[in-house]
Amino acid sequence: MASCVANELLHKIKQLSILLPINVCLRRRCSTSSKQRDSQRHLTTKSSSEKLVGVVGLEIHAQISSNSKLFSGSPVCFSAPPNSQVSFFDASLPGTLPVLNRRCVEAAVMTGLALNCTINKKSLFDRKHYFYADLPAGYQITQQRRPVAVDGVLTYSFLGGKKRSQVVRKHVQIKQIQLEQDSGKSLHDDVHSQTLIDLNRAGVGLMELVMEPDMSCGEEAAAAVRELQLILQALGTCQGNMSEGQLRVDANVSVHRPGEPLGVRTEVKNINSIRYLARAIDYEIQRQIGVMQRGGTVHNETRAYDSKSGETIPMRDKEGLQDYRFMPEPNLPPLIVFEDNATLPPGVDSSQVVVVQKIKEGLPELPSVKREHLVQAYGILPEHSFTLVNEEGLMEYFEEVMKATRKEPRKVIGWVMNELLGQLKQQDMSVSQSPISPAALAELLELQETGRVSSSGAKQVFQVMWGSSGKTAEQVIQEQDLGLVSDATQLHNICQKVVDSHPTEVHAIRNGNAKVLNKLMGLVQRELRGKADPVLVMEILKQKTRGGGC
Amino acid sequence: MSAFRLTGLCSCRGVSLKVIESSCNLSRNRRGCLQRPLLNGTRLFSSHSLNSKVNLNIIPADLVDKLERLALVDFRTKEGLACLEKAIRFADQLHLVDTSGVEPMDSVLEDRALYLRNDTETEGDSAEELLKLAKNTVEEYFVAPPGNIPLPKREERTAMLKHSEF
Repeated sequence: MASCVANELLHKIKQLSILLPINVCLRRRCSTSSKQRDSQRHLTTKSSSEKLVGVVGLEIHAQISSNSKLFSGSPVCFSAPPNSQVSFFDASLPGTLPVLNRRCVEAAVMTGLALNCTINKKSLFDRKHYFYADLPAGYQITQQRRPVAVDGVLTYSFLGGKKRSQVVRKHVQIKQIQLEQDSGKSLHDDVHSQTLIDLNRAGVGLMELVMEPDMSCGEEAAAAVRELQLILQALGTCQGNMSEGQLRVDANVSVHRPGEPLGVRTEVKNINSIRYLARAIDYEIQRQIGVMQRGGTVHNETRAYDSKSGETIPMRDKEGLQDYRFMPEPNLPPLIVFEDNATLPPGVDSSQVVVVQKIKEGLPELPSVKREHLVQAYGILPEHSFTLVNEEGLMEYFEEVMKATRKEPRKVIGWVMNELLGQLKQQDMSVSQSPISPAALAELLELQETGRVSSSGAKQVFQVMWGSSGKTAEQVIQEQDLGLVSDATQLHNICQKVVDSHPTEVHAIRNGNAKVLNKLMGLVQRELRGKADPVLVMEILKQKTRGGGC
Repeated sequence: MSAFRLTGLCSCRGVSLKVIESSCNLSRNRRGCLQRPLLNGTRLFSSHSLNSKVNLNIIPADLVDKLERLALVDFRTKEGLACLEKAIRFADQLHLVDTSGVEPMDSVLEDRALYLRNDTETEGDSAEELLKLAKNTVEEYFVAPPGNIPLPKREERTAMLKHSEF
């Protein structure tokens, strides 16, 4: 019995560490005040500045999912041969002019609407000047003065609370969303002391989302970015793949005491995944708190995140405070978008206008709505619905299983969350890599429903199926002889045997101590090597121990 | 017109008009600074110090140095700087115009409709032609120095360029 309890505990601990990033595992609340001890860091906490908290603002660049670039007709494609997708305009040859891509405007408006922004009917383009080899023109066309969308809000959630099972909802204000050009790519060749420039990416459309510094730690930032990723993917405006650079996040981090003015901020770059985002921010907050506690000052600088060491290091190439000399883009008139068809000027070509109403009507189902629907349709808990939508492919998996089994959704959720997701997380696999297909899992669940196998037996079958690709549940049950014994005669005989050999226990039961039935049940199970159908056995034992014998 | 005189005296690496543009911009910003609330802190920073000094018709050497770094232009000689000052004074004539209640124009194209292109691939297959333009290429990549080469200090620059043809 003791080993059972220990196993349960171990399983729970494993689950906990699987579902959470390591450095947050020990935290109860999202708090990066210096009071919290972090198992990975070795900073000693002094009682003097215990109230310093982190302030995090994000600058996100989302690459617009389109066929061609923002201001030219060059193709947009990942991993093409270097400089094979560059037009004369992209290379900034004199005499070329920008021509705006309608799809990019629609994408920006769609994203603005999904994030509850006000769409500026008239927005303007500007030039932002700086010199770098991957920016051939010496300036980037952006929308600094009047962007296409402003004043939005992103609502995001994460699992918090004592058991990390409560859905905590937060908001972050979106200051603006603007259209701008991407720069080319620089590959640093330290061996030959040169930089190789590939302009394929130069001119690709980006949406820059500027968020207010409403967040206070890495967990919040990670959850916000995850939600944004889901929204952008649902809209189809950006594929949101951070490792491929389709979604780039820079974090502005500072620390201060609540109520006091904001501290000096640093910009953290080179973050390639959501997990690293959380770690980078938390590291930077701790670093700044450490600096402050030692009586130093935080410098306004740009730092790069090094995923190997988990630290942020100052970036060499950034010179002090840049003056970008913003000026209006002289080659582009203002961008006008129309509210609805009624406000359109007469006789205008439909391919020459962007109508906000039309885009609003065409918005697909957003993740928050999806979660609500899941809760309504299946009666599952909000935290489960949250995880279903959050994990790539998990919702589809769950719905596939539901189609093929009569089992209750809440029970199916248990299997999907614990057995399936648990295994996936442990082996760092995605849902699409699961060796057990939804149909196979559904079959196993059906077999359990019909009493072919006990619930603990089913778990064993699951494990075996995981390790042996393609075997069906039925096959495993037969091979491992895990099928429940439901043969009445056999059960009766064994029960009788047990009852006959334990008169003391039977006596106790007859006297009202029903708990002893469990002991007898245990003995029967031992006889049958755990394959007795517990419901049937209990019935039979109760019958036999009721006064009067067989 | 001073614009053309400027071309002769300043070695601006082929962007002489930009100098006029940016100086015009500075004075326009100054105007904006007086009449409308500050919208963009960073952008107006440079014009702010210009604001206090330009009335004396002297542009501080630090500001000249900063402009040279930002725009990679070279005012070189005293004549060059005098030219700049004259250009600013020329643009200052804008202040004589009463623009109260008038929306600033930031593009002569403001009454035109912005043409929207369909999202189709129509170009971009120019790798060979473009790479031919570069002196240095490595396997279809353009070659650049490892990072931005910092502009030499003012004194060093003067010494370096003393013997140049411009």
